[in-house]
Amino acid sequence: MSSVERIAPDSPTKLFAKRQPVHPRRIDGPFRRFKWLVMFVTLTIYYGTPWVRWDRGPYAPDQAVLIDLANRRFYMFGIEIWPQEFYFVAGLLIMAGVGLFLVTSAVGRAWCGYSCPQTVWTDLFQHVDRFVDGDRNARMRLDAAPWSAGKAARRVGKWTIYLVIAFWTGGAWIMYFADAPTLTRDFWSGEAAPVAYGTVAVLTATTFWLGGFMREQVCLYMCPWPRIQGALIDERSLIVTYKDWRGEPRGSVKKAEKDPGALGDCIDCNLCVAVCPTGYDIRKGPDVACITCSLCIDACDRVMKEVGRPRGLIDYATLEDCRNEAAGGQPRPAWRTLMRPRTVIYFTIWAGIGLALLFALGTRTHLGISIEPDRNPSFMLLSDGSVRNAYIVKLRNMQSRPRWVQLDLKGFPAAGMWTDDMSRQDAARQIVREVPPDTTLPLRVYVIAPAGSRPQAFDFAATAQGERPERAAGATRFEAPEDTR
Amino acid sequence: MANRRLDEATGTETVGHEWDGIEELDTPMPRWWLWTFFATVLFAIGYTIAYPAWPLVEKGTEGVLGWTSRGDFDREMQLERDGRAALFAQLATTPIERLPDDPALMRAAVSGGRAAFKVNCVQCHGSGAAGSAGYPNLNDDDWLWGGDLKTIEYTLLHGIRQPGVDATRTSLMPAFGGALSADQIAQVTDHIMSLSGKSKGDAAGAQLFADNCAACHGPAGTGNRELGAPNLADAIWLYGGTRESIGQQIRQPRHGVMPAWKHRLDPVTVRMLAAYVHSLGGGEQFLEVAANAADQADEQR
Repeated sequence: MSSVERIAPDSPTKLFAKRQPVHPRRIDGPFRRFKWLVMFVTLTIYYGTPWVRWDRGPYAPDQAVLIDLANRRFYMFGIEIWPQEFYFVAGLLIMAGVGLFLVTSAVGRAWCGYSCPQTVWTDLFQHVDRFVDGDRNARMRLDAAPWSAGKAARRVGKWTIYLVIAFWTGGAWIMYFADAPTLTRDFWSGEAAPVAYGTVAVLTATTFWLGGFMREQVCLYMCPWPRIQGALIDERSLIVTYKDWRGEPRGSVKKAEKDPGALGDCIDCNLCVAVCPTGYDIRKGPDVACITCSLCIDACDRVMKEVGRPRGLIDYATLEDCRNEAAGGQPRPAWRTLMRPRTVIYFTIWAGIGLALLFALGTRTHLGISIEPDRNPSFMLLSDGSVRNAYIVKLRNMQSRPRWVQLDLKGFPAAGMWTDDMSRQDAARQIVREVPPDTTLPLRVYVIAPAGSRPQAFDFAATAQGERPERAAGATRFEAPEDTR
Repeated sequence: MANRRLDEATGTETVGHEWDGIEELDTPMPRWWLWTFFATVLFAIGYTIAYPAWPLVEKGTEGVLGWTSRGDFDREMQLERDGRAALFAQLATTPIERLPDDPALMRAAVSGGRAAFKVNCVQCHGSGAAGSAGYPNLNDDDWLWGGDLKTIEYTLLHGIRQPGVDATRTSLMPAFGGALSADQIAQVTDHIMSLSGKSKGDAAGAQLFADNCAACHGPAGTGNRELGAPNLADAIWLYGGTRESIGQQIRQPRHGVMPAWKHRLDPVTVRMLAAYVHSLGGGEQFLEVAANAADQADEQR
């Protein structure tokens, strides 16, 4: 045997295995029904959310969830986020990450099996296959059959349905970024922004390709998450497992009847493989290819019922429980599997971030102030010897109604101020301006101090007047010549 | 190569080299790669025909599309000019003292002036318009010739001591180095410094000031904008407020020159510059009575 053959026995070597088409068979059972439910809920959320309305008064959009990139605002029901508050979104993303850790350490690849968009859309497209071409055997026959008018018609019909779903998916995506009814009208009348058409085209293409043709290849080759999950799952995480101690050696019912006691419970019907959306044989053990969708559990339970054996030959179990049971022990109660130090720690972190975000959300002010002192020149000597500094003071009204905001000088008793639409004679200790809704109002503020004033620090304090006054303050400096004499 | 052979494991020929038993397969380029390469070659040929590409002796090939980056730039500038045409027309027809009535127009003028200032004015007045010795600070509230919009515009148009411009503003502080003795100059300097409280001053200095200076600078030294005579009683000194620099300005005054921009910039740019300078914090309100009949006559001319 040459060295090449030892490394790659099937030379000439290809880098990728040729794809084996997967034609999962229809199956019904509790997990299948759960998957239907998850698919219904997630797709409803995805397609429906942009159409939910939420009244915010006359100055803000009435779309419940809107990522308004053009105006740099993020609306989510009662919450409005400005770009500088992006840490809320970052916090949500961290929660999503830790949440995945939590779920994975407790119940394995539940994300992959039920709610990952790739899984949901693949499932949807496989139902389209079933609807157009029939169940597993019919599809395999059709695949193998030579091209004919009938086959071509079926293919075109199927791909058309793929394309409609894909287009609908891409079309729904852009609705999150603009007012959905307006955008829909603009889209069909050709008046929407080019980026809208481009986004729909790209997402239609990826959905069509990834959902219609790539399917399990995405999970097996493209997605990093199964690899990361391999590191997150431990011996006490729930995964879909075949209990080989119970099933092996496999054999038909007839053989088992001939020789009772020699064979395990698995009758080698291969139904678990036939229903698998990735075409994996779970009896080989846990693998990247198993997305833990649990359809094999439904299939096996049904077969076990028919042959009169106890259910759960393929079941959710931890690897530790499997060893326990194989040795004749009892599985741990479910709550012990879910509640263990690792999951509790993950949950604590997850909930901690969530509570911190809620706290920050509840206590944040909707008034902001930022101060930019003039640096060139940094101070100005006036004819009477007094010293003037200029600032750009920006008042942010982050509420969707106009508010009167009062600006005060704090910690600088000798100073007065005026803005560029006033004159020095009107210099005062406070200025009140109406700040339009959801707007930053820049004010050019001159601060004046009498002759001989020294450089010093002081604050601009802003107070939004109204039933619930809000305050914000910003520190800055007053510059003056070292010697004004 | 002599040692080329067929590698039986892969069915590919080797390149014929061998290093300590390690050989290299002569795997052909993938077909898709080759076709992509050929396509880029074709594209490049077409590109060099369509666009300026080949350097020749005098100049490069121009390309059949006639594209130039300068042409692109000109087109963009023209688009920009077209977009601003309406605004500029409005600025050209609005008398400058009426600008504040239209805040949007005023804002546009100020931002246009800010850009023009960076090109034309910062060389002397500094990027923050804070000036330096001999070059007035435009942020403060002290004006030699007046600080309302119309007066600033006039100063910009006609300049100060600009030779060859009749309407230019001219003030000529005489040199007292010959007329007054060194002691007298010291006495006057002391008196001038006393006007802003920097010195005590005495009767002799006050008498000398009344005799020689008050005609232009006023009895109290507060200056006269009609003549461009600076206010000597305030805290701002164009050539410095030390005893030495004041004394020097009396002995042998320096006379700065500000160019007349009438012939260098279009009237709208000058108007925008005036609005910008006025906006820097020291701008004064325009009063109808302050309008100088002679100025108006000059402008109409």
